[in-house]
Formats: sequence, structure tokens, C-alpha cells
Amino acid sequence: MAKRDLRLKIDELSSTLGTFKGLEIEVGRIFEEDWEEPLGPTPFPNVGTLRSWDLKLLNRYKPFYMPFCDLCCLCTFGKCDLTGDKRGACGITMAGQQSRIVLLACCIGASTHTAHARHMLDHLIEEYGRDVPLEVALNTNVEAPNIRLVCGIRPKTLRDLEDALDYVETQLVQLVASAHTGQEGDNIDFESKAFHAGMLDHVAMEVADIEQIATLGMPKGVPDAPITQLGFGSIDATKPVIMCIGHNVLPSVDIIDYLMDHDLFGEVEIGGLCCTAHDNSRYDRRAKIIGPISWQLRFIRSGIPDVIVVDEQCLRTDVLMEAEQIGAPVIATSEKSCMGLTDRTDDDPDSIVEDLVEGRVPGVLIISPRNVGEVTVKTAMKIAPRRAGFKTMTRKAVSKLAEKCRNCMECVRACPNNLPIMDAVHAVAQGDFEPLAALYPLCVGCGRCESACPLGFPIITFINKGAEKRIMEEKYPIRVGRGAIQDVEIREVGRAIVFGEIPGIVALVGCANYPAGGSDVAKIAEEFLKRRFIVVTSGCSAMNLAMTRDEEGLNLYEKYSGNFDAGGLVNVGSCVANSHITGAAIKIANIFAKRPLRANYEEIADYIHNRVGAVGVAWGAMSQKAASIAAGCWRLGVPVVVGPHGAKYRRNLLGRKEREEDWMVYDARTGNEVYIGPVPEHLFYAAETVEEALVMIAKLSMRPNDTSKGRAVKLSHYIDLHQRHYGGMPDDLHLYVRREVDIPFTMKDEIMRELEKAGWVEDKISMPDPTMIERLIRRRT
Amino acid sequence: MAAKTIPGQTAEIAGPKKAFLIQKPEVVAAMIKRAKRALLVVGSKAVNIRSRDGDLVDTAMRLARLQNTTVAATGHLVGEFRRRDDEEVYTMPLMNLGDRLRDPEWEGFDGKGAYNLALFVGFPYYLEWLVLSGLKSFAPNLTTISLERVYQPNASWSFGNMTKEEWEEVIEKIVSILEGK
Repeated sequence: MAKRDLRLKIDELSSTLGTFKGLEIEVGRIFEEDWEEPLGPTPFPNVGTLRSWDLKLLNRYKPFYMPFCDLCCLCTFGKCDLTGDKRGACGITMAGQQSRIVLLACCIGASTHTAHARHMLDHLIEEYGRDVPLEVALNTNVEAPNIRLVCGIRPKTLRDLEDALDYVETQLVQLVASAHTGQEGDNIDFESKAFHAGMLDHVAMEVADIEQIATLGMPKGVPDAPITQLGFGSIDATKPVIMCIGHNVLPSVDIIDYLMDHDLFGEVEIGGLCCTAHDNSRYDRRAKIIGPISWQLRFIRSGIPDVIVVDEQCLRTDVLMEAEQIGAPVIATSEKSCMGLTDRTDDDPDSIVEDLVEGRVPGVLIISPRNVGEVTVKTAMKIAPRRAGFKTMTRKAVSKLAEKCRNCMECVRACPNNLPIMDAVHAVAQGDFEPLAALYPLCVGCGRCESACPLGFPIITFINKGAEKRIMEEKYPIRVGRGAIQDVEIREVGRAIVFGEIPGIVALVGCANYPAGGSDVAKIAEEFLKRRFIVVTSGCSAMNLAMTRDEEGLNLYEKYSGNFDAGGLVNVGSCVANSHITGAAIKIANIFAKRPLRANYEEIADYIHNRVGAVGVAWGAMSQKAASIAAGCWRLGVPVVVGPHGAKYRRNLLGRKEREEDWMVYDARTGNEVYIGPVPEHLFYAAETVEEALVMIAKLSMRPNDTSKGRAVKLSHYIDLHQRHYGGMPDDLHLYVRREVDIPFTMKDEIMRELEKAGWVEDKISMPDPTMIERLIRRRT
Repeated sequence: MAAKTIPGQTAEIAGPKKAFLIQKPEVVAAMIKRAKRALLVVGSKAVNIRSRDGDLVDTAMRLARLQNTTVAATGHLVGEFRRRDDEEVYTMPLMNLGDRLRDPEWEGFDGKGAYNLALFVGFPYYLEWLVLSGLKSFAPNLTTISLERVYQPNASWSFGNMTKEEWEEVIEKIVSILEGK
């Protein structure tokens, strides 16, 4: 970005050129003089500033590429076949091309959050002014850890967030430019740039979330955030129903305000899908969360929504067509997703309502958030009585249609998880709806089966029909997103996390492209909650883990507190609230360990990587945003586990535990290079099964800084999970036990036998004051 | 013939280099016999795939008893082998295994040298597709065979699409030949 180092403000200046009044000149950035923390080494880092840190990580965690496509088709020389050791017309290799696509995915993801943040910031400044203070969490001084760390500024008001976004936008342009034909070609440099995009993404997400918390009265980091309802069953379909889809809360805020101002909350239902739903409920807990993003088709086909409001991100691009099928008008609210609709932003609201209710237009575009509420509510109230007679397909009609199935298997081949759709359709033809109902919890709702069916069967509707009783009974409590972790909470748990006595932080985040249904997310969460990890969550995952009840009928939000502490289940909120998860890791380094935060990225990342046993888990990661969120974790040295579909991100970043030379760090006390064992073993890892993921998550929580007590706790979880799911002891314990005191007491004999078999030697693995950065060595011996 | 090489998932089409079609089970048996070092990689779906032995885990256990084939289970499948009292099978996560198979310096599970033939069976289709894609481009000295009953274009060799019954017969034939029956 263009740096401004001087700000000169002159009330009146007389010169030979004339008299100037109110003259203000800005050249370069002035860093705050009242911030006692000195400026660190990397304020507003450019694309290459942190490259040396990235290369340290990438030298340990090398990419294993799995090309999703053998071709490059980005320029007119192509298509070029890159298989094996072939090169494209520009000279690019397969590894280069795969990493280039990784970079582009991360840039798309980061740009999406940045554009979202910018849209909200412009609007909120217009509405509230630039001087709104950033009070974003109780008992908290470090209000924006990502921005402080990366930019080196301490934002105090909305105005300051503009500086952070200016920086991010400038950097993203540089990154996208590097992917042009004939620019970057080295795969590792592409990877470094992807890390940069990820880091930028966390800055942008932080801007997005703290600006909405500061202005819209969302919970300020409170562990006991209000409870709202989730699921189809939470919606009272006898009332007019407004369904909001997407990630940008502003249009929904206007709808909620309109309902409140006109005392209509009791008469109209407002529900949401995906992150808009999270943020609606943070704004007013009476707003319902229908479900994750993958439920779009499912919910529209239910016929329940009377009006559909779409904002941005992860929308189905055929939502207008689907809405027409059920006679529900669509109100698009973002220039990023106009859906071919006429811009009616400045029209008289009543005339828009009339056009929508009379069906003269299938939808409208209203790009000013403050113009959305009145139109939406009035339309819903007027159209609902007319739609009251709407009927979904009957079971009899489904059975009749199913009889025509040609047995072509195209539905199964099109399904991402190869679900046995055709068999279920055959059963329905015989009047048996159970196999269809069984598909419901496993189906990701993508609708590819319908596209593939040569007869155009509405298979999602079939599945809805099969599971209709279950669907309408779905109603679960969920704690609304609390936002940031308070400084005081970090002070209380920082020591236990860094020494390993709280075995780790598991962050269950991301989308809903699950290999075997959303219940796996609840399974992972509960496993680690019982083991006294801290479980943080956001987005679709935060919804899916609410949807499993135990024998007593309780779900995880009812069983576990929202404290950021051992055994706490912390819903931070929507996608952009993921920045609070990295923010918490950053604050552990800063608040607990007193490491300087300001523009000091490498040192903080080095601290987190070597000391904070955090593991990101995106079991159903689908989007480019998920890629960039993960990339922001990688640069901080936080490992990320994804489900099997996550392998489609084209590469994993894998350590080789047997190569001792890869696992050397400096002991900051002596300057000696020492062997620490493979901790954490991987940086980005796709697990084939949820059981494999459970074992790997426990293993990846180990860090070189663990005390013996902490390592013993972590090992006991790793071994216990391994024994349960793999039927025996791990064969790599000799790489993780440093001293005999690391061994969990109750398993000592068994573990010692394994160690003896492997030729284990005590103290071969060091317990240093670990750092990968030479300048952080305090003394040389 | 074309129907045999339609990929098992709609969009997972082949690139310019695609798997040769295995016409007869004898070909696979011969390749295993001739291999310097053969590795059978069995995925987590194996427990749900029926074979003449019961399921694919049972069949893999038969293969594990042969001299010329190492068997490795991925995911958490090894637990199933252990429950059936098989302690011989190796285990490694699929990603780690793929990463090592492309490394010419990896000496294998037993430290006796790199594998020159890897056979895959029992995986989610797309996951095997991706790992085979990685090996196609980054493991030039490795021959890969997909033993799934649907075509896997990124393997060096793959069966074509066939019915469950045909597939069970083909697998039984391969194992029988290797057992010298």
C-alpha cells in the first residue's frame, strides 16, 4: 500500500500562491505515538516480506500434489498437458500449476471476505460515522489481534479499519497478478503467496466481524451468549416466513429493525441459512437458524419460505429458478450477486411489493441494505396468504414418478458421495420411503443427482418427502456466536495451554460438504470436549454439531458451557468470526507470554507453532474461503485437518516424521540446534475417515514446548484413541516420548515395551525453549 | 469398450494420459508376480465391499499371507484386520502413503526398498482418483493398478466398469492364481 509517513493539518496558510484554509496533507503513515509498544519488524508486510518464514514451514511440510486436472487452460497457448514432467507453453510445471490454483483459490476466498468487510464498513460508516469506538469484547484490551499483528496499527474506531482494508486490497491485487501467465513459476513461492493471502484473509475477517460487533450490538465475547433455535422445526410455517441466505447481515438487519419498529416480530418468522443466520441471531436471538448452506435447495423445496432474501457468498446461483417453482419472490441485495434482476433500489417500496406479490417479476435487486426491510416484510405478509395453498409433491406422486426410473445409475455417479440413490428410488416405486429417508442425513444437498437424471427427477424433493416427519421435528438449541475471546480468559488458560495441561484447542470450522453427514462433526466435537480440550466452532460446523442429541435428548450446546476453557464449546459466530480463533492463539502469545504483538508476525507465528496446541478441523471444507482461512492458519503454524473431500484442494502439506533433520529447532536459551521430534507432524492433512481424523487431531496437538505433564496428557489421548480405532498401540511413540516422565503413568509398562522395541533412547528428543528463528536466540553457548 | 472406461463419478474424467484397461485377471496376477516389490493398499470402504471370502478385508488377509505382496490398510481399517487377528498388515494414512510412494528414497514398510507396483482398492472414488493423480505425475517409477470395479483413469492400469458379480469373480481369480491354485 502507499505508506503515509506524515500528516500535516493547517487551519490557514498564506503564501505567495494565495491563502489556503483547512489544508490537510498526508504523506505516509504515522504510527500511533500513544501506543507504548514499539513497532515490530514487519508492519504491513508485502508479498515477499514473510517469505523466509514461509520457507521454513514449507521446508518441513512439503506439498504432496494431487492434480485435480492435468491441464492448464488459462491462456490461449493452451490447453497444455502438464502430466508428469511435461511443461506448459509458458514453462510451468504440474507442481507450479497446482500451487498456482491453490493461490488463486486463496485469493478468491480472501477477496470475498475483504469485499464483504468493505461493503459493511462503507455502509456502517455512512450510518454511524467514522468515530464509532471498537468495543468488541468485554474485559479486553487487545481488540484486534490480527490487525495489530499484521498491520502494526491499533484500531480504535471504524476509521482505522479503513487502513487495514486498504492494505489488504492492495496486497490481494499483487497476489492475483503473480498468477498471470509468465509471472511466478516456482511452486514453493506460489505456496508462500497462498500463505500471504491467508494471512490477509484473517485481517479482513477481523475487520468484518469487529465492525459489526461494534455497531450492531452483537454479543461482545460473552461465554453465556443467548440461545436461539435451529432447524426446520424451529420455523412456524403458519406465519409469513422470510428466508435470508448468505453471509452479509446488513439487509437482514434492516428486516429485523423493520419487524421491531412495527411490532411485527410475533407475526412474521425470519430464518436464515449459513452465516447470515448466525449473524442475524447475534443481532436478535429471535431470528432462527434454519441450517447450514447446503440446506438451501432442501428448504426452498419444502415450500415454507414466502420470500427469499439473498445477500452474498455460497448462494445457489439457481436460487431464482428454484424460488419460482414454489412461487416465492427473491430479493437480491448485493452487487456481487445481481441474479439478472432489475435494480429497484430507489423505487417506491409499495410499488416493488405490488410487483412481487402480483408475480409481475420473479424478484428484484435492492442494493441499499436500508431499503430491504420494508419491501421484504410487506411482501412476505401479503404473499403468504396467497401461498397458503402451496403443496409440495405428494408421496403418491413421488412413487408414480419413481416407477419410470431407467436404472442408468447417473444419479449415483453424480453424487459426491456415491450415495445409493437409485436403490432408494426403486424402493419408493414399491412404496417404501425408508431408503430415501436414510439418505437425508447423508445428503450434502448439492442437487447434482437431479442435473444428471435423464428424466429430471427432483431427487432432493424425493428425499425431503422420504424424511418429512424427521425434517419437521428438527429443532435444536444453539448458543449464538459470542465473537472474540476475552483477554481475561486468555490469561486464565494461557499457561495450561502452552504447557500442554489443557491438551489442545480444536477449531471445528467450515462448510458442510461432509463425506458421511454432519453428525461426524458432533462426534469429533464431543470426543474432544470429553477429553477436556477447548472446542471452538463457527459457520456451518457450529450448526451441524448442534444436530445430535444424546440419550437424554440433550445436544452439545446444552451439555457444555461456552467458556473458553477446558471442556468448553465456544461458538464464535459466522465465517468472519474465524478471525477470533486465530486471534485467540495470537493473544496467548501476547497476553500470556508477553511477546510483542505489534507488526511482529514471525515471532508470534513461531511461538504459536511451537507452543500452542491448536488444530483446525474443516471436516466439510468446500469453498475458496475455507482455503484462505486454512492458509491463514498455516502461516501461523497451526495445522489443519480436512475431510476426504478436502483432498480436492489439490495438495496436502505433510511432514515426514522419520526424517530427523526436518525436526530441528534452535534452543533459544543456548543457540544449539536440537531435535524435537515430529510435532506437529503435518500442516495440512486430509483424513480418509472420521476415526482417522480423531487420532490425528490428538496427535497434532503435541508441541515441542509441552511440559512432561502436558505431553503425558496428550500422549494418553493419542494412545487411547489409537487403541480404540486402530486396535493397538501406535508404532511411533518413540518419536513423541522424550523422557520417561512423559509417559502416562497408567500405561507405563505397555508403552515402555513399545519403546524398547523401537530402540528408544531417553533424552534423544530435546525439550528446548524452541524457536525456528535465529534472531530469537537469547544466548549462544 | 467405451462403457467400460466411463469414470465412476460423472466429472472425474481422464486427462491426456489415462489408465490402460485390464482385460483379464491373469494380467494383474502376472504383474504382481513379476513385480520387484508389490504393495496392496486397502481403503476404509473395504469392510463394506462384499467378496467371495466375505468382504474385502478377508480377501486382503489372504493376500497378506503371500510372499510377494505387502498389504497396507489406510484410514482406521487396520482395526478391522486386528479384530480378525491379522497382525501382519501394515497401516498408514493414505496421504502419508501417497507422499512416500512418490519418494524414490522411501524404503518401504519393511525397509527393504521402494515399491515398484502399488495396487489400490476399497476407497471413496474421488479420493483414490486424486491420490492416483498425484502418483501419475510425481511417481514416475511406480506402476499403479486400481482393483475397483469402476474405471479409475489416473491409474496406470484399471479394470473397466463391471457388475458386482463379475468383480467378485475377477478378484477371486487373481488371488487364486497368486496362491497357486
